[in-house]
Amino acid sequence: MTRILPSETDSLWTLFTAPVIWALHFLACYVLVAVHCQKPGVLGIGFSSVRLIIAATTMAALIGILLSAWLAWRQWGYGRDDPPHDDPTLRDRTLFQGFATLLLSGLSFVAVVLVAMPVLFISECLR
Amino acid sequence: MNTRARSSAPPGKAQEQRLREVWRTPSGWRYWTSVNNVDVGIWYAGAAFAFMLFAGVLALIMRAQLAVPDNDLVSADFYNQAFTLHGTVMMFLFAVPIFEAIAIFLLPPMLGARELPFPRLGAFGFWSFLLGGVFVCGSIFFNAAPSSGWFMYPPLATDEKLSGIGADIWLLGLSFIEVASIAAAVEIIVGIMKCRAPGMRINLMPLFAWYLLVVAGMILFAFPPLIAGDILFELQRMFDWPFFDPARGGDPLLWQHLFWIFGHPEVYIIFLPAIALMAMIVPTFAQRPIVGYSWIVLAAVGTGFLSFGLWVHHMFTTGLPQISLAFFSAASAAVAIPTAVQIFVFIATMLAGRVVLSIPMLFGAGSIATFVIGGLTGVMVALAPFDWQAHDTYFVVGHLHYVLIGGMLFPVVAGIYYYFPLINARHLSVRWGKIAFWLMFTGLNVAFFPMHLTGLRGMPRRVFTYPGDLGWDWLNLMSTAGAYTFAAGVLIVVADIVRPKHGDPKSALNPWNAGTLEWISEPEEMWGVRSIPIVESRYPLWDQKNLVADVNAGRFYLPDVEEGRREGMVTSVLDAKPEQVIRVPATGGITMIAAVALAAVFLTLTFKWWLAASLAGFATLATILYWLWTGTAEIPKKAERDAGLGLVLPLYTSGPASVGWWAMFITMTGNSTGFASLVFGYFFYWTIHADFTAGATGPGLTWPLISVALFVLAWGTMMLARSLNANGSVGLMRTILVTSSVLAIAAAAAALAGPWLHRMDPVAHVYPAIVWVLVGWTVVHAGLGVIMQFYCLARSVAGRLTPTHDMDLRNTCLYWHFLALMAAISGAIMGLFPEVGG
Repeated sequence: MTRILPSETDSLWTLFTAPVIWALHFLACYVLVAVHCQKPGVLGIGFSSVRLIIAATTMAALIGILLSAWLAWRQWGYGRDDPPHDDPTLRDRTLFQGFATLLLSGLSFVAVVLVAMPVLFISECLR
Repeated sequence: MNTRARSSAPPGKAQEQRLREVWRTPSGWRYWTSVNNVDVGIWYAGAAFAFMLFAGVLALIMRAQLAVPDNDLVSADFYNQAFTLHGTVMMFLFAVPIFEAIAIFLLPPMLGARELPFPRLGAFGFWSFLLGGVFVCGSIFFNAAPSSGWFMYPPLATDEKLSGIGADIWLLGLSFIEVASIAAAVEIIVGIMKCRAPGMRINLMPLFAWYLLVVAGMILFAFPPLIAGDILFELQRMFDWPFFDPARGGDPLLWQHLFWIFGHPEVYIIFLPAIALMAMIVPTFAQRPIVGYSWIVLAAVGTGFLSFGLWVHHMFTTGLPQISLAFFSAASAAVAIPTAVQIFVFIATMLAGRVVLSIPMLFGAGSIATFVIGGLTGVMVALAPFDWQAHDTYFVVGHLHYVLIGGMLFPVVAGIYYYFPLINARHLSVRWGKIAFWLMFTGLNVAFFPMHLTGLRGMPRRVFTYPGDLGWDWLNLMSTAGAYTFAAGVLIVVADIVRPKHGDPKSALNPWNAGTLEWISEPEEMWGVRSIPIVESRYPLWDQKNLVADVNAGRFYLPDVEEGRREGMVTSVLDAKPEQVIRVPATGGITMIAAVALAAVFLTLTFKWWLAASLAGFATLATILYWLWTGTAEIPKKAERDAGLGLVLPLYTSGPASVGWWAMFITMTGNSTGFASLVFGYFFYWTIHADFTAGATGPGLTWPLISVALFVLAWGTMMLARSLNANGSVGLMRTILVTSSVLAIAAAAAALAGPWLHRMDPVAHVYPAIVWVLVGWTVVHAGLGVIMQFYCLARSVAGRLTPTHDMDLRNTCLYWHFLALMAAISGAIMGLFPEVGG
């Protein structure tokens, strides 16, 4: 994997990977449930299948976030250096990016888990 | 010109004088044609503050009315107009614009830049905002103000008899202001990404810039859904297209979705810049760098994202499935995490440093205390079962005022006290500042805390009076007393700001001993920075010795003027490596004329004067074309410019290296969000109906697909034109450009042919109406695409667009990428979806 993804991801966009995964997961959960509860016939599945799909989506999202976190951890030099990373060097800029991305991955992980939790407790389209 | 030699020698007064002359603000009436960020920022802030005071007076009238039961001080109708305008003005004309004002004023010196990249766009945004704001506020003097509440729910607000012309004023006036906000967002994003001083890598960027970057990005995704909603709303009011009318397949809930997809991120769009001010103030008064810089970045970005997953918590009582509510409830709880991180970072910074007590810190501390209370009641209403009880009661009114005053107003006042020396080199009064703070802090709590209780006792919001035996009397009286106490505090701040200060001693250049670059800026000078420094620290004024002296002696980049032009520097996104010397336009009235013309479009539309509206539309187009023709993509006389210190940079770039390309990219990102909102509407109607088309005929398969094919061809020929131009085949490029525009016109005609030939009647049912809207969106954008093609053609013929200077053509191509994608999606949806999913 290290070879597939270059270690010098020189882009601002990698910072947003994990939150984007959160957003896609959130949207998928919302749309699936909205369509299922409004038009049960379209998907032709029961609520238990909806729960399973959400569980699978959640696992996929969490794996994606962990991957983003691992890349960030690597970019952060596996935590060998402590913040604040405020030297005017390419090295500190990269470490800062890695650390900030790692933090965002953590937040996104928690947020994905929180958003998925309702399907543990709710088992039908109650209104 | 030997800049290097001059940079090492003490630069002369003549050089400084030349620079001052180029950046000088004109005097007399021409003062108002200035586009300089300092002037525009101050006007913007002044106007926003004036609107705030106006909305505050409305609040005082409301509190007077509610002081005692069965009061008849004002009529129910006036009361409705007052609370609608109070909310609308505070949100749209104060809370969002004040941050745009602060950003426009502060960002250039903070980033070590001379100016933001598009000064005329900034000025245009200001004039649009001012005209739209006066229009919306002025309506109350003609008893014509909007009166359906600041979120304008249908069916009340779509009913012309009940809502009158006020709803049109709201929709059109605010759409106009939203355009100004998006303009500011473009300016701020490009400014932060591309105009930082050399060396200011992203790990050294001031936290204010990080926050503003996030907020401007949020505007691109939050405001367009509201504009899309406004379009649907106005089409219903003007032409009776039934988007929100259940009798003809519409649904009022779609408006609630679109409004709150905007409305909840808006809360954070307001909150984050205010917290950004705190992130500048707290380190200064703790006299140490912020603890946890990366954590703040986490919080800003994290909040920016999560805030888009909260909108349904305003709709907990609309009967959505509980599982949907639970998703939003969970996300609402999650957003408390990054919010709390920021509060803890500030507390940790204060604990780690030695806090200097001052008025900005007083307001800062008051802000944190107030915001925490508002945040906690926010977590309460984020829980659906509690919200079902508290929804639409005074509990919510209490909650939102704690959040907005603690999270926005207090930090802004702290910012005013902190940055006032940058505006006119004087301090505001410490003694009066303390009195103002305690009046405001006490008033706030006395006014808004009892509202939680009146709410829990069942008082609904937006009632103009109430009977006397419900246990609400003394709580309301207390709220009124608190509101007036609060207002007294605000009045003191205002009086302190406007009182003449000629007798006061001048403050030092950096009176608080702050560490960030904006304190280099001298209040009397309009050039932002005397020379553009090399930045090596997050707090350059603390860490870089002699920086101030060197900058102000002109020992860094661009200390002198060339060809009498205003110049700044463009640098790379991550590492701020110098890339280009950019020449920004100077003083000019064209932006004001463009804003007036656009205001005329919205004004005439409100009164349905169609002919006048078309004329105003043409005037707007002509003005903007003149503005672009004379002020952008200018081919410089020399290719390069010696920036000093041995650095030679190009004066012209095109494609992704140029700021214009970025501006187009960002604008079109926002535009695509608006399009996505309309597509959301299409599928929303599909979900709520068993048969989405209600038996009506669709646009068919043929015409939409022909249209898509023609749009793709037009796009392909456009790309061909770009390569031909780059290869020097100018003549062939012009032919291909015309071919492409013919294809585009044919594509638009084909898109129209589908619903037209199938006689789809948009008044009859929501299905034909939403199809017509998607077609209309495509056709209007195709029209703009064709105008751009002819603009490029004209530029080429006039010699302003050449094989090496092709910025206009490349920006047009970028527009066409987005256009082709939108046309393909809407064509595919309209043509294919009824076949497979109907």
